[in-house]
Amino acid sequence: MNVHSDVAQAANTPGRDARVDLRLIAELVEPGSRVLDVGCGEGQLLQLLAETRGVDARGIELSQKGVNDCVARGLSVIQGDADRDLVFYPDDSFDYVILSQTLQATQRPKDVLRHLLRIGRRAIVSLPNFGHYGIRAQLVLRGRMPKTSFLNYSWYDTPNIHFCTIRDFVELTKEPDVGAIMEKAIALNAWGQKMSLNAPWWFWNLFGEQAVFLLRRA
Amino acid sequence: MEPTSRDQVDDALEAARRREADQPSSAVVRFGEDKPLRLDGGAQLAPWQIAYQTYGKLDADKRNAVLICHALTGDQHVHSIHPVTSKPGWWNLMVGPGKPIDTERFFVICANVLGGCMGTTGPASLDQATGKAYGLDFPVVTIADMVRSQAALIEHLGIESLFLVIGGSMGGMQVLDWAAHWPDKVFAAMPIAAGPRHSSQNIAFHEVGRQAVMADPDWRMGRYIEAGTSPKKGLAVARMAAHITYMSELSLHQKFGRRLQDREAVTFGFDSDFQIESYLRHQGTSFVDRFDANSYLYVTRAMDYFDLAAEYDGVLAKAFAGTKTRFCVMSFTSDWLFPTSQSREVVHALNAAGASVSFSEIVTDFGHDAFLLDEPEMFAIARGFIDSAARARGLDRKAGR
Repeated sequence: MNVHSDVAQAANTPGRDARVDLRLIAELVEPGSRVLDVGCGEGQLLQLLAETRGVDARGIELSQKGVNDCVARGLSVIQGDADRDLVFYPDDSFDYVILSQTLQATQRPKDVLRHLLRIGRRAIVSLPNFGHYGIRAQLVLRGRMPKTSFLNYSWYDTPNIHFCTIRDFVELTKEPDVGAIMEKAIALNAWGQKMSLNAPWWFWNLFGEQAVFLLRRA
Repeated sequence: MEPTSRDQVDDALEAARRREADQPSSAVVRFGEDKPLRLDGGAQLAPWQIAYQTYGKLDADKRNAVLICHALTGDQHVHSIHPVTSKPGWWNLMVGPGKPIDTERFFVICANVLGGCMGTTGPASLDQATGKAYGLDFPVVTIADMVRSQAALIEHLGIESLFLVIGGSMGGMQVLDWAAHWPDKVFAAMPIAAGPRHSSQNIAFHEVGRQAVMADPDWRMGRYIEAGTSPKKGLAVARMAAHITYMSELSLHQKFGRRLQDREAVTFGFDSDFQIESYLRHQGTSFVDRFDANSYLYVTRAMDYFDLAAEYDGVLAKAFAGTKTRFCVMSFTSDWLFPTSQSREVVHALNAAGASVSFSEIVTDFGHDAFLLDEPEMFAIARGFIDSAARARGLDRKAGR
């Protein structure tokens, strides 16, 4: 599989203090493009993109606090959610649509992914890997639903209702009615470090704590 | 209060109000026969005038002007004592030194709407052709006509483009109309608690109000000024019905519940036993002192006719095609007059048009009236949006901030 190509190093590397997954995502975005960040939180990624890549950055966020913070920073953010509001965006309205650590919290992840690929020329999806060995161990050895510092919820109150592993997600992108072409994939280990690019999928799926995918429509 | 003194108070207020219709105590621009106002209904209004208030100073390059569009029964006295009621400005919470619309940074303009009764030409104004008040001879006006009159004022003031156009409810309709019809003149737009059209339910409530006015025998087919009467009872009922729509069930419950008014038990009669009745009656009677009944007919009609998508083949996004204006849309959870779904429709159209838009639904129990009340989240959003827009327009550098 030809997804393990390196991330092109841009001339201006996005800020070093930003969360590593946000920096990774920012590096995937061509400078000066139009970007929609779905589930943009308090706007850290949007701000990073605006400052380091000069992009026209828009966001969707569910929480009032997130929206307030974003608007106060001068970002264009609408209160809404991926399941309900993506349907209203026209085809090809953005160069990139980003879904960062949010897919697992949507009602219909497959529909959301299809909308991302419809609205944007490219989609960038980052997600926590439920196949990580630490998570597997909790279920297998302790017989308890996994809980990590990264996914710190009990099974009964978690907003993360649609977990998947890296491999699950890769399979989803190949479904005929999704039809995404994977241009890049990056896995991060528990220390937030990029994992070896020529490692096999099973290795990523076992040791990757999160992954970032750059997709485009087939 | 004895009936006679109450009547005298009424008479004094009514005389003050009627004076304001032609000779407003605020600034006014008069346009002669040579500058008629073209109306959607086909008429050319001339002569005509527009009354307005300003606060703050206009920059040398005239780029810091903010236009506030008032709601149905509002007026230009946003941040100054009302000349008829002597009450403080209706948006002192939003407008003033250090407030989100900071009068130390911005030049704030608010004009009385066309068809209103506080100095902009309307049915209570003198028709120079007849020497009498227009009454129902005044042409029916639209939200777009109101905006066209404001655009004439802005041009008269030498302002090429407004930094911000903002308003709630009917004011929000005007903001949307400004953005659609005068996109190059609007740098930033904040429609609050508004929608792309007046809904069937909203038209229905307005019709109840208008029928209440017209059912009052003192209305005299709109010729009450010459007849020396005033359809106060009808207008008060109209206001009472409308006022209910501005609040939420929860806010009514919290404010009044089923509590009785100055009594221990119900009286088995039709006096205002309940506090809510007493409150509504007060809202009704105090409203008629400051508002012209015919104006109420015209301005409600203007709202009813508002349907921004209609002239764009029903596709709202086309109204905003190619817009460079930055938008911030706000709605309130308990507003059932202009529910969030209507604001969302605007937001989706703006998204489809590729516009820069922020949207927030504010959680509140205050209902539609929330935009006029102390709603900290609304102020926080407004402040954030306005400050960042001011930075984008380069207004802060000059102000030394």
